[in-house]
Amino acid sequence: MKQLWIIAGVTFREAARRKILWTALVAAAAFLALFATGMHYQVKDAHFTRIPPMIRYQILSSLLQVGFYAIDMLAVLMTVLTSVDCLSGEIASSTIHAIATKPIHRWQLLLGKWLGFAAMVALYVVLVFSGVVAIGYFIGGVHPRGAVPGGLLIYLECMVVLTLTFLFGTMFSTLTNGVIVLGLHGIAFIGGWLEQIGSVTASERLINLGILSSVIMPTESIWRRASYVMQSSVARTLDVTPFATRSAPSITMMVYATAYLLVGLSLALYRFQQRDL
Amino acid sequence: MPPTDLAIETIGLRKQFGSKVAVRGLSLQVRRGEIFGFLGPNGAGKSTSIKMLLGLVKPTSGGAQLLGRPFQDVEVRRNIGFLPEDFRFYDWLTASELLALHGRLSGLTPAQLRDRVPAYLDLVGLAPHRDQRLRGFSKGMMQRIGLAQALIHEPDLVFLDEPTSGLDPMGRHLVRDIIRSERQRGATVFLNSHLLSEVEVTCDTVVFIKHGQVIASRDLRSAPEGEIHVRAHARNLRPDLLPGLSPWTTSAHLEHDQLTFTTNSMDCLPDILRYLVCSNVDIFEFTPQRVSLEESFLRIMGEDQGL
Repeated sequence: MKQLWIIAGVTFREAARRKILWTALVAAAAFLALFATGMHYQVKDAHFTRIPPMIRYQILSSLLQVGFYAIDMLAVLMTVLTSVDCLSGEIASSTIHAIATKPIHRWQLLLGKWLGFAAMVALYVVLVFSGVVAIGYFIGGVHPRGAVPGGLLIYLECMVVLTLTFLFGTMFSTLTNGVIVLGLHGIAFIGGWLEQIGSVTASERLINLGILSSVIMPTESIWRRASYVMQSSVARTLDVTPFATRSAPSITMMVYATAYLLVGLSLALYRFQQRDL
Repeated sequence: MPPTDLAIETIGLRKQFGSKVAVRGLSLQVRRGEIFGFLGPNGAGKSTSIKMLLGLVKPTSGGAQLLGRPFQDVEVRRNIGFLPEDFRFYDWLTASELLALHGRLSGLTPAQLRDRVPAYLDLVGLAPHRDQRLRGFSKGMMQRIGLAQALIHEPDLVFLDEPTSGLDPMGRHLVRDIIRSERQRGATVFLNSHLLSEVEVTCDTVVFIKHGQVIASRDLRSAPEGEIHVRAHARNLRPDLLPGLSPWTTSAHLEHDQLTFTTNSMDCLPDILRYLVCSNVDIFEFTPQRVSLEESFLRIMGEDQGL
């Protein structure tokens, strides 16, 4: 097991040195600054102060959801872009040869790398998620309903994406891998909207299409569940927005997403074990 | 030869990529403690063979033993070092960090690393660059640090894939010295190199492979002068003379009044001449020529070397 932690450690350091991570951090910082400014002006707006406190609170809560939506997108993109060439890139450049010929099992090598990225993504999510929560609390005076489960669900979404980039990294080149994973995330995104529109228009076919897309790629479902657990009860009644929860994904869907991650990771381990390097 | 004396034994190792056969049943034996040269043209299956032995590529069929254990056994790699052909690694690591990482992966303790990291940096001439990041390293420096990571855990078996590639003459000399000191330590070195002059002065045994098969081997230790090719022009040459030459020669061929044979030592040439004269052969010309490893290589590989 020592080998696994050595690989996790060096992968964490490798991931933390990627320019794309720092770009994503700069993007997150820029977003948080913009978000904080927006929240500040909204709170101080003369017209806004005349709105009843209850409504005012709901509007600020919705603004907070915008913040979570943005950092969710940033976290997913950062996860894909930093990890997309982790396996395929090292195989193509033969960097992996010096490591894979050491007394280390292939599963330890892959799992160590996965854990290294998982730790780096965790740090990123904690940083940017806390930033949004802090801005909401200190500037807007609002806080999410279930911040911890919401944050964990956003992290789960990133882990699903990370696992897929690892799985496809054992099969395809870096570019193909990136196109497939982002393509699947796109399908999930469109599917999520179809499901919500279907729930407004009571179209069973649209709802089924949305569910099917969630089965293929559960990331959007995880986000919508995260948004649901963080929203106030009034905000939950809003109709079609990225944060709307007309048809909030069930706990069963989250169990499915976790199983999806575990199966994906097992397949990646199996594929990596079998392939020539 | 008892199996315990072997560092490497492969039996019918074969690798097929789709319809292309990269290695066609490789069977070879490498004794413990010897410097073994693995020669062949590009595309002969040398790298694929090494990758199979090190677990990077799965053989289609066949098997192998390394240091008396099955080659798939991950634990056997604690005693194996490997310098890949084009050594690359995370370029943000410093030379010391790289050696420490590879040492830890090979099972060295922190106390061992404290001693060995500076010692091996010194060995490969990189001590002044210990804290420099790899991104500033030249190709030759990368080869040197790659060599150090292959040796830092003092393995019993070392695979060196083109170790002198990218090195200047001083670097090549250093590699030659390191290989010799590895032999003194008792390690077995499996050397894949295109620099046949280097191989000739370093190796104990060489095998030639072509199309993924061993087609010839030479024991350079028992024939330190290399092969000697002799051409004789004479009268009264008869086929029944050839068996009498076999104690001195490795091959002999007779055609009309031309006798050609190969031997491993100049010392036996007077004996051969005496034998022929005593057999009533009238000799008009007797021309010995040393055959370098490079000439042997070209002769054995023929004209259609793979590319």
